[in-house]
Amino acid sequence: MTADILSSSATAGPTARAGANDNRNPGMPLRPEMFLAHAVNRNAAERRTASLTARRSVKKAWQAAWLVNAISCIDLTTLSGDDTAERVRRLCAKARHPLAPHIVEGLGIADMDLTTGAVCVYPTMVPHAVRALKGSRIPVASVATGFPTGLMPLPLKLEEIRYAVGEGAGEIDIVITREHVLNGNWTALYDEIAAMREACGAAHLKTILATGDLKTLRNVYSASMVAMQAGADFIKTSTGKEGVNATLPVGLVMVRALRDYGDATGYRIGFKPAGGMRTAKAALNWQFLMKEELGNDWLSPGLFRLGASSMLADIERQLDHFVTGRYAASSRHALA
Amino acid sequence: MNAVTDILKSMEYGPAPEDPAIVTDWLKRHRQGFGHFIDGAFTPPSSLFDVANPASGKVIARISQGSEKDVDAAVAAARRAQPKWAALPGHERAKYLYALARHVQQHARFLAVLETIDNGKPIRESRDIDIPLVARHFYHHAGWAEILADEFPGAAPHGVCGQIIPWNFPLLMLAWKIAPALAAGNTVVLKPAEYTPLTALGFAEIASEVGLPKGVLNIVTGDGGTGAALVDHRDIDKIAFTGSTEVGRIIRRRTAGSGKGLTLELGGKSPFIVFADADLDAAAEGVVDSIWFNQGQVCCAGSRILVAETVAAELEKRLRQRLGKLITGDPLDKSTDLGPIVHPVQLDRIRMLVEKGVAEGAKLFQGTAPEGCFFPPTLATEVEPASILASEEIFGPVVTLTPFRTPNDAVDLANNTRYGLAASVWSENINLAIDVAAKVKAGVIWINGANTFDAGAGFGGYRESGFGREGGREGMAAYLRHPAPKARRPEEQPAAPVATPTDAIATAGIDRTAKLSIGGKQARPDSGYSYAVLGAKGQPVGLAGLGNRKDIRNAVEAARKAGGWGAQTGHNRAQVLYYLAENLSARAGDFAERLKSFGKAGAAARTEVETAIRRIFWYAAQADKFDGAVHQTKSAYVTLAMNEPLGVVGIACPTAFPLLGFVSLVLPAVAMGNRVVAVPSQTHPLAATDFYQLLDTSDVPGGVVNIVTGERDVLMKTLAGHDDVEAVWYFGTGAGAKMVEEISAGNLKQTWTEDGAARDWTGPRGQGRQFLFRATQVKNIWVPYGE
Repeated sequence: MTADILSSSATAGPTARAGANDNRNPGMPLRPEMFLAHAVNRNAAERRTASLTARRSVKKAWQAAWLVNAISCIDLTTLSGDDTAERVRRLCAKARHPLAPHIVEGLGIADMDLTTGAVCVYPTMVPHAVRALKGSRIPVASVATGFPTGLMPLPLKLEEIRYAVGEGAGEIDIVITREHVLNGNWTALYDEIAAMREACGAAHLKTILATGDLKTLRNVYSASMVAMQAGADFIKTSTGKEGVNATLPVGLVMVRALRDYGDATGYRIGFKPAGGMRTAKAALNWQFLMKEELGNDWLSPGLFRLGASSMLADIERQLDHFVTGRYAASSRHALA
Repeated sequence: MNAVTDILKSMEYGPAPEDPAIVTDWLKRHRQGFGHFIDGAFTPPSSLFDVANPASGKVIARISQGSEKDVDAAVAAARRAQPKWAALPGHERAKYLYALARHVQQHARFLAVLETIDNGKPIRESRDIDIPLVARHFYHHAGWAEILADEFPGAAPHGVCGQIIPWNFPLLMLAWKIAPALAAGNTVVLKPAEYTPLTALGFAEIASEVGLPKGVLNIVTGDGGTGAALVDHRDIDKIAFTGSTEVGRIIRRRTAGSGKGLTLELGGKSPFIVFADADLDAAAEGVVDSIWFNQGQVCCAGSRILVAETVAAELEKRLRQRLGKLITGDPLDKSTDLGPIVHPVQLDRIRMLVEKGVAEGAKLFQGTAPEGCFFPPTLATEVEPASILASEEIFGPVVTLTPFRTPNDAVDLANNTRYGLAASVWSENINLAIDVAAKVKAGVIWINGANTFDAGAGFGGYRESGFGREGGREGMAAYLRHPAPKARRPEEQPAAPVATPTDAIATAGIDRTAKLSIGGKQARPDSGYSYAVLGAKGQPVGLAGLGNRKDIRNAVEAARKAGGWGAQTGHNRAQVLYYLAENLSARAGDFAERLKSFGKAGAAARTEVETAIRRIFWYAAQADKFDGAVHQTKSAYVTLAMNEPLGVVGIACPTAFPLLGFVSLVLPAVAMGNRVVAVPSQTHPLAATDFYQLLDTSDVPGGVVNIVTGERDVLMKTLAGHDDVEAVWYFGTGAGAKMVEEISAGNLKQTWTEDGAARDWTGPRGQGRQFLFRATQVKNIWVPYGE
């Protein structure tokens, strides 16, 4: 099955949208044997990711294209206590036009209507984002379920999901109860995520594992597998608020988990690293990881997102340099 | 449509070339050809041969073919420079090595690009692996130079070292050779491989740049003929060679009897063992780092995957997927995983072996490779142990996959090879992983990893993968010597045994028959002959069995079976040995009488027995104290340097000191867990044959010490040529030493030869840690940690 997925030549690219993964994962009964005996060796994972980012390089037009692709996969995010309607509106404007016009011209991509993959906000900001993105095809993603810690009674979490969906969020980024993982209470974890999936309805469910809290890569693999068994459309590394957020070794384990889930069920799960990714180089490295471990299909926003805010500014600077040959200053680019 | 939108559809990587302009300019400046680097200057280019870039086949440089005269000049320069270099305070040598490390870093990209152009390895590898390891090696050995006098008291450099290095890691092998040699106070004549001499010449320029004193480092380029001239040169004190086992054997033979120090780092056919509980993705990536690293042209490459049957199909699937992602092509491209094979001659050899393997039934799964001197990454399945693909070192990107059933099965398959360089063991079960690491016969074991290197750990092989270590304390020791004792009057060849009835033998009581001791049993000699043992005035004092080759064969077989001795705790071995001393003490009078019958004065005889008792105690004491080390290497690794016994050791005892000579050599060997086949003093073997009764009563397990009396050199010839003997110690004549060293080349035994009359066995040089170093080999086990 994996071989088929990997050899698939379906074109990736910025025209695809989140809804492109229409064959949604329905989930399956909890099956601990799919993860309990699974070995994950940390040293080997670290060695693989260290070598992977040194094994692949893109230059010139290829680098530009890969960075444009990254933009199409960014969930442009603001998750701050001082978020306001205006702040969200500005973010949405950037999501619609992530690059300065001269860069778009220079790249020759004016026709492709490049936008970010989504905009990601707190539930109360969803209405502002929906309004600001009206007429675009950019989905609004909302965090929910007591983000970022998830320490909130389950009924309230579900209610929060329903609220965000009701306000027009097309994607819900939920957080799991880390305690369930740390205690090995897989049934509780499964039940919680399954309930959230149900509350999402048509909205896609992105499951934040908060891997920085889970600590071990075995925990990461197990939590990934439970989330997918419970019906997650995406698995996501971090809230951005943990001590350690998206790291490549964690990402490696998660994409291998979703590959294994795909092998077992035939369903394709999306992956979203989030938190701590600020550079264009990071955007390339994460894409290398997706292409090498999973294939080109995971280079499109239907199956891959980068949860980031300042990364876009660095990408824009690099692309400006590609287009003009001069090193760029952020002050010349629109603020997100 | 334009480039960017097209690329967005394909999401291909595109070209990412490293710009070689600075290096190609350097090559252009040298277009008239490169000379040798001798006595601090380059010689005029002469007898030039071409060196090509394997990726393009184009000639990139012309190199001088080193003649005997060139080697002479280089050795003379090294000889002139050596006393002053060795006399420098360690701190002064450390400063030079530190400067070399720093300048390697400052010229890192120059060296990386040059290496890739010359050798064909991907720029990622030369940039991220080879050159950083080179700098690390010089840093590490700058440190050894600084603290040498404190850490190795009494040790001295060999003098002038001749070093011959291969083409697979040209600059890294140069660093492994030069750094410890210079740190120790040796001077060097180094010959790089004829395919890949350029980074060595670039390094010579760096040596000039840092102001290394002239003559300390000399580089002579050329082919095997140049190497032979270096090996044969009379004024060389030590030869260090890395390369094929075939050439290593030749060097062993050519240096036999010369007194030159020798270390050999040779070929391998290393197992890559994957247990069912391993992280299979990690193991698959480990294969990439093993055999699809440097195009598989790696002596320690894990070229034989041994995988638990239950997960064999799964691992194979993952390997196929991973193999399909590998990019073979232009080595200067930053996205290239595999570059070209170093030379068309090597490519032909790989193709020939793979064709034979297919003819024998192997099934291949291969990646893609461009036209030219390239070979695709290859996975071969359905390969039987007897297949050429499973036994021959291919030195290409070809790995075999063989399922096993149980851990024992895995160990048996892993050890089913003539080689013993490295092994990878993949399991999440630490008990299993370390158990297997201990049982696999190899000098380097990586648990849940592959091809991890560091200057702080020893690297080198068991068996026909050579002897000596590079890196770490054990690597430093290989470039130091403890001045060997010299005989005032060399030991003479003893008279041939007379195996016919002799004059009356004076005995006090009932007639005693001395037999051989084999496998814990007293055995009559296969020949059925006995020979006369003579006293001081030439009168017969007894008869000894005239052992022959079959007795040696039986003794080796018995020793092989007694493998449990090495697996016992040091404490257990110590107990047995203390008991042995106790029993010798109880019979001290008998032994003194026996020695007196050979003509020893009473006091001398008693001293010999007393010294033997103390010596047994000393080695019993060491049995549980000659510890290994935990090396400081990379983060998240415990790198264990374990002292392991060699295995079966053949020992020829000196003629003099019939009891003490025997005890002084046999005890360190067995204390460290070896099993011994000893040939006691040819003229006075009866002290040793008396000794076997002590062995019996002291609970020394059968087969641990086997004693075959007879004509020393005849018996040692069989032992030195026996393929199931790991090491031979020879204390006798110069001619015998040469014979033993020559014949030992068959399976590349470790040898220790010395004039039998050189050492004062009664004094402090009769025992010591040097004996224990000789009795052990270091196995480095890399244990990663982190969850």
